[in-house]
Amino acid sequence: MALLRVERLKAHYLVDVYGIRRAVRAVDGVSFQVEANSIFGIAGESGCGKTSLIKVLSATLRPPLTVQEGKVIYDLGNGGTDILSLDEEGLRKLRWEFLSYVPQGSMNVLNPVRRVRNTFRDFVRAHRVAAPSRFLAEVTEHLGHLGLPPEVLASYPHQLSGGMRQRVTLALATILNPRLILADEPTTALDVVVQRGVIQLLKKIHAEQRNTLILVTHDMAVHANLTDRLAIMYAGKIVEEAPTAEVFGNPLHPYTRYLIGSLPRIGDKAHKVSAPGAPPSLASLPEGCRFHPRCPQAMAECRQQEPDLADVASGHRVACFLHGQARHG
Amino acid sequence: MGDQGSTLLSAEQLTKRFMLGGGLSRVRLVAVSRASFRMGVAGPEIFTLAGESGSGKTTLARMVLGFVEPSSGSLQFKGRDVTRIRGRARRLAFMKDVQGVFQDPFDTFNPLKRIESYLRETALNFSMAATGKQAERVVDEALAAVGLTLQEIKGRYPHELSGGQAQRASVARALITRPALLVADEPVSMVDASLRMSIVNLFRTLKEERGISVLYITHDLATAYYVSDRIAVMLRGTIIEVGSVDQVLREPLHPYTRLLRASVPEPDPHGTWSEEIALGALEIKEYAQTGCKFAGRCPQELAVCRGTEPPEIETGGRMVRCHLYR
Amino acid sequence: MWNVLKDLFRHDGRFAFGFCVILGILVLALLSFVCPYNLAIWNTVPRDRPPSARYLLGTNSQGQDVFWYATAAIRNSLLVGIVAASLSRVIAVLVALIAGYRGGRTDRILMSINDSFVVLPLLPVLVLVASMLRGRMGLLGLGAVLALFGWAWDARLIRAQILSLREREFTKTAILSGMTSLRLVLGEHLPFVIPLIMATAINNISFVIGTEIVLAVFGLTSLETPTLGTMIYWSVNYQAMLLGIWWWLLTPIVLCVLLILSLYMLSVSISDFLDPRTRLQIIKARG
Repeated sequence: MALLRVERLKAHYLVDVYGIRRAVRAVDGVSFQVEANSIFGIAGESGCGKTSLIKVLSATLRPPLTVQEGKVIYDLGNGGTDILSLDEEGLRKLRWEFLSYVPQGSMNVLNPVRRVRNTFRDFVRAHRVAAPSRFLAEVTEHLGHLGLPPEVLASYPHQLSGGMRQRVTLALATILNPRLILADEPTTALDVVVQRGVIQLLKKIHAEQRNTLILVTHDMAVHANLTDRLAIMYAGKIVEEAPTAEVFGNPLHPYTRYLIGSLPRIGDKAHKVSAPGAPPSLASLPEGCRFHPRCPQAMAECRQQEPDLADVASGHRVACFLHGQARHG
Repeated sequence: MGDQGSTLLSAEQLTKRFMLGGGLSRVRLVAVSRASFRMGVAGPEIFTLAGESGSGKTTLARMVLGFVEPSSGSLQFKGRDVTRIRGRARRLAFMKDVQGVFQDPFDTFNPLKRIESYLRETALNFSMAATGKQAERVVDEALAAVGLTLQEIKGRYPHELSGGQAQRASVARALITRPALLVADEPVSMVDASLRMSIVNLFRTLKEERGISVLYITHDLATAYYVSDRIAVMLRGTIIEVGSVDQVLREPLHPYTRLLRASVPEPDPHGTWSEEIALGALEIKEYAQTGCKFAGRCPQELAVCRGTEPPEIETGGRMVRCHLYR
Repeated sequence: MWNVLKDLFRHDGRFAFGFCVILGILVLALLSFVCPYNLAIWNTVPRDRPPSARYLLGTNSQGQDVFWYATAAIRNSLLVGIVAASLSRVIAVLVALIAGYRGGRTDRILMSINDSFVVLPLLPVLVLVASMLRGRMGLLGLGAVLALFGWAWDARLIRAQILSLREREFTKTAILSGMTSLRLVLGEHLPFVIPLIMATAINNISFVIGTEIVLAVFGLTSLETPTLGTMIYWSVNYQAMLLGIWWWLLTPIVLCVLLILSLYMLSVSISDFLDPRTRLQIIKARG
């Protein structure tokens, strides 16, 4: 059974300000599966809904973001639990032990007025009755495994560099050995050398703890170096989902092709082209396929109907009328 | 070396020192230390200043634009000394020739004002147009040069446009004065990846079709390779390597450049990094280090590196600041 | 402008409440100009009468009509509040502008002076000043003195706003567009500063009115002038509570609470509305 199964998830922001009401359809019908012990990537740009998706997956959503329909089923060892039906107590048990969420700007996760070791202590204490004598030894060992020096424990967050804070946050997220880690833009705003260190750290954690990692980032190069399987999100829906090598080697959806084709590479001066136009606002989406206004291969039906995400090859799914779509009616 | 008179921009030993803190405890920070480079020696070019956060590249860009006065050193533009510009008339004359494009397309324009107001202001203030009607024509022309129409922009607030459109509008504004040099500070880092290339291509087009040189500031080496002709790599305020992009990025000499180059993630699932790198723990005060700023982390560190700052060494058509190449 | 007020009124309950109450209070204040009695004279009406059809809020122990006295009290309290708040805004904005834009030594000197005023223990100093000037300090004088205590905190607030505005990218764009410094300050930065000035102004009015009441209750202002504070002073002085002349004590208290509450509601809802982030939300939602 897959570790995570998302079925037809819809989560919208309902905006009501000074008499103006609007529904921002951030996640609008998303279905996918994540196998245990894999690294799953969700790629997409600003305004595609990926951050909202992660908020739902990590059960940290709050009004005005509300789930309209759909299921988020985790395999907790008892045949699958839909976390959307759990109460606060159930969610609390879920967090940090089964799943841990590393939000964007995770440098802010560390309490600035507590030393790092005390932040660790708070976490561990809240979730497990651990013998205090063993605690320090356990934490130091954990940090050591991740290549972090023990003097980090005695420091305050502001004494550490940005990259170091990020890695400490990752260590914090993994100290209780969660089975699933949800990371939202873990390498954004980091220097490229530090970014490499963080990516390598994520790989190491995955290899050592044998857990599952869901990584959300707009940086395609990071996906290329880290993920096994990749889903591309556009305007609230998944438009393509396949093993990472497939997505880079044989992108099928026109949007994915633009995305992959426009990536610059050292040593390559060939002219690169980016997609015309701009992504639609999630508050006012176009009719039919959401990409059709910008698609050079748009056909008549693209303007009227939305393509479903369908299998075109083993493990490769695309939502596009150009590729193996059963036409409606 | 090139004829001095034809060099577009020439920086000589530019240094900027900041005093942080106030009152009793003051700390001195040298943001840029003795930076020297030349641009546009043999015609219009796109010159990249690359570096990570804290490298001093943004401060250097600010000095070129005249927003910050250098503590020492000199800056020459088209043969004239522009290190310190006093007086509104001289400032305007300089800004006519040297314009800027900044990082955040949604902060570049006041979110409470309409975008076209800036374009119109620029046209009128720099005497590119005398009346409102003329200004509209000038604005339209500039917008067309970046692939936008007045229709798309008219009456719009910054948030009504996409990041790509707003950034184009920002470039259009800069083009109105018909500048010779554009200083672009991380112009695409906050623009979505799928829209990025069209703006980067725009810079290439401006150079080729209008002869505008671009001083391109970025930390993204892949984009720097794609768009620029020459590149200078900065580390903690010092320029440590300068040369053509092919030289510096494909065959880097300085160990820091090598580390940077090796760390850039390839958008290729089949390429991986061979070795793990060890990262520094606490913030080492690399700024205050004497000698080479990379000494603590350098895999090829020599005894002399910690004490003496390496001199500028010219080799094979480029410059490296490293004791290894003496 | 009209649309803005309508929007605010319809969608923000706080604004609606504050607006209505303030309107009512202003009407009362204006009524004071048609007061049929000379409030400097005592015993113009029978003393200690409870509220009735003839004397709407009853009469006090000095033989004055409480209702008409209250209208004059409101008018005077508001006057002091507005004078003091306006004066202190001017000082605060001037100090903030000069310190924020010039920076360096000027900034440090101005902020040292500013901080000295911030840490001044308000009440002891006011008590001292008021008791020295007691007889000679009219309403305007009181307003001026209170203005001197109201500018420091807000000056720092406005200066902080200005410092952050100077670093925004659109400031650079404006400079590169050839704008003069004056146009920069007025056209680019002022729209962000104004909500702050307005919110602090309204808060300042509340503060001044409250402080006046405190001083008056201690008997330190010119007690012949009707204000909300002096009204409380006299009613306490005449043991209104003990003697059961509750209408004399309750009137100024209720008015004071309503006034300050409604000013607060207005201040919060207006600054919420003018807050650039909310305006952005509105612009985004509309588009």
